[in-house]
Amino acid sequence: MTALSVSQRPGDPPAPRRRRARRPARGIVLNVVAVAAGLAAWTGLSASGIQGLTGPVEVAVRGAELIADGTLTADLLASLRRVFTGFALGTALAVPVGFLMGWYATARALIEPYVQFFRTIPPLAIIPLAILLMGIGETPKVFVIFLAAFLSSVVATFQGVMDVDKTLINAARVLGASDRVIFLKVVVPASTPFIIVGMRVGLGAAWGTLVAAELIAAQEGLGYRMQQAQLYYDLPTIFVGLISIGVLGLAMDRLLQLAERRLTGWQERR
Amino acid sequence: MTTKISFRGVSKTFALKDTDFLALDRVDLDIADREFVTVVGPSGCGKSTLMSMAAGLVEPGTGEILLDGAPVAGPGPDRGVIFQQYALFPWLTVRKNVEFGLNLAPVPAQERRERAQRAIDLVGLTDFADALPKTLSGGMKQRCAIARAYAVNPKVLLMDEPFGALDALTRVQLQDQLLDTWSQERRTVMFITHDVDEAVYLANRVIVMAARPGRVHRVIDVDLPYPRTEELRLSPEFARIRNEVWHSVYHQTSAHAE
Repeated sequence: MTALSVSQRPGDPPAPRRRRARRPARGIVLNVVAVAAGLAAWTGLSASGIQGLTGPVEVAVRGAELIADGTLTADLLASLRRVFTGFALGTALAVPVGFLMGWYATARALIEPYVQFFRTIPPLAIIPLAILLMGIGETPKVFVIFLAAFLSSVVATFQGVMDVDKTLINAARVLGASDRVIFLKVVVPASTPFIIVGMRVGLGAAWGTLVAAELIAAQEGLGYRMQQAQLYYDLPTIFVGLISIGVLGLAMDRLLQLAERRLTGWQERR
Repeated sequence: MTTKISFRGVSKTFALKDTDFLALDRVDLDIADREFVTVVGPSGCGKSTLMSMAAGLVEPGTGEILLDGAPVAGPGPDRGVIFQQYALFPWLTVRKNVEFGLNLAPVPAQERRERAQRAIDLVGLTDFADALPKTLSGGMKQRCAIARAYAVNPKVLLMDEPFGALDALTRVQLQDQLLDTWSQERRTVMFITHDVDEAVYLANRVIVMAARPGRVHRVIDVDLPYPRTEELRLSPEFARIRNEVWHSVYHQTSAHAE
């Protein structure tokens, strides 16, 4: 969906205004149509009697109940806190490490084997180890999310730094820029688009790891709630959990996309 | 006339897979103060390498390059460089691009703004001072790059096929504009091109280079007055010099056996 929304944006400057104004409206109508069709299909499937499948109405009712008694809010907050902590720590570390790897060949050679190695291990596979080493509190959950976010954004950042146009660096150099100035005024802004893409991927990874992380003896959280619901064969609650995760993930991705447009609107898109 | 840049026995070898490639072979060349020199030659003659060395971006293998008698060591704001690919910072407006070099020097804010504005006016981008590069045409981008180089007040302008990526019409316009800018604020210019017409139209002196190994083949004086005009471009004298340059570019008898 990332690639799609990027390529959809009207790119070339010459044929602009009218298309840009009309397209989003048409796109939103189609979005609504697609969602409505999906809900209708879901209703149809549950009505036709697939074993135990609940329909949208039941799920909406359960959602309202969970909101009313405060469970959903508490779960959301618990999950969001974990995702944000892990994601914030992960990207906060990924950006400097990525810059270090992109800028200094020595740092790259020292760090890259670890990054590439841990990238091949699904973060979920770390969970058993994390529990044994860190107990069953918040730490192992946040750690696993942190790892997922870190690994995906560090690679994007250092690729971004390595891909900075050498001519731009030379242009700054011949104007008298020192290495420090080149780094701060050329490399950082030039690699911002990559960093943000990395953050979006990292956020997806963090969110994707959350539920599994919450299977580790959590007391609250969307993943915990869904696992409890599974024990009691409570499908509506599972659906409420799934939809909440999807909606929140989408909202967070949109926020980052907004930031991306703000920060990287200078890019020439072809 | 005093000498501004001087290439003294400059050679450069690049290591290829299994052989060494002699890109430049003992080049000697003096460029006088406020002279407009164009360097033309077939691809692979090392003309861009020569310029990059003057810019301090590439080190000579042997020999040395002197600027006002002092050896060039690394890049510096005394030599403005204009690249074929414009090399504007895409996240900065025209004005901020032009101010980039001024920000690196101890220039007071007020003076910085004035100098940037003057450079922008000089290249005719006044109305686009606050536009981002992505909204500019290729010709305007290159004018912005010229303004950026002029703003830091360099002694020398080094231009590496600056109009190479532009269409023929825009190219002619920019040639006139460059000469216009140059006659208002005269600098020493070393201009690399592969376009014979362009080389003759702009220069006091055309340096024709030969390839394999890269070396100076001929130096042809252009005894035509400035300002150069369309009339001059279509005149028989221009055609004569152009033919002479053309001939020495395209019919080079190999001086060195390979």
